[in-house]
Amino acid sequence: METYLFILFATLAVAAAIGMISSRDTVNSALFLVLNLISVAGIFLLLKAQFLAVVQVLVYGGAIMVLFLFVIMLLNLSDEEQLLSRFSVRYAVGFFLGVIVLSQLLYAIASVTGTLPQIHPDMERVGTVEAIGDTLYTVYTLPVLVTAILLTAAVVGALLLAQRNISGKGDK
Amino acid sequence: MEMDWYLGLSAVLFTIGVIGVLTRKNAIVIFMCAELMLNSVNLTLVSFSAQLGDVHGQILVFFALCVAAAEAAVGLAIIIAIYRNNLTVDVTKINLLRW
Repeated sequence: METYLFILFATLAVAAAIGMISSRDTVNSALFLVLNLISVAGIFLLLKAQFLAVVQVLVYGGAIMVLFLFVIMLLNLSDEEQLLSRFSVRYAVGFFLGVIVLSQLLYAIASVTGTLPQIHPDMERVGTVEAIGDTLYTVYTLPVLVTAILLTAAVVGALLLAQRNISGKGDK
Repeated sequence: MEMDWYLGLSAVLFTIGVIGVLTRKNAIVIFMCAELMLNSVNLTLVSFSAQLGDVHGQILVFFALCVAAAEAAVGLAIIIAIYRNNLTVDVTKINLLRW
């Protein structure tokens, strides 16, 4: 059962990722990315990381992708032309480097295959909100506070960058 | 199910993100490919965490998610600013700093 679910989610994730990089319309790309993120959340559930699966759907699939869709809507982009209509050095180099990266990663994984264990039996307990919150607010109190500062700085920076007159001088 | 399948899936997703960054011209799509790569690394961290039964890997994923949210906000603001100045998000046409 677990294997079938993994095959389902993995196929969905890879197909959505390929659809994302090969679709001409930016909105379609964003929606394919949502599908990909949700299938990865399903894989998190298979790995018994319940909290992260929920956060993945809420934060990634919800908040961040809404931000992307808003920006796409705001800029009102037209479809990209000639995505794969002619052969160019750009595509050749891109695919070549991609194949190199993939073969390197798979070689590294294949060298340890068979030695990796199954899912740890403690994982039922470790992936819950309780366990993660317990560690997060005791051991990692300072990093949580620093994250709050980071997010505030990001909001202020985004407002400053996206406002109309960056120089602050001159006419409206 | 062994962990190497999860790691292999993560490697495939990462590679698709790399290919997208290298081949696409639209800055927003490039940005989404970067999110895809971040997410595949999160998958690796979660699978190692599940393999060791250790909660710290998942906490690292939590912080990576926070950084991804901040990065998305700032990056999209930069894209909006670039669009205002150049009226395009095509990275081959944005060549102010190119020699």
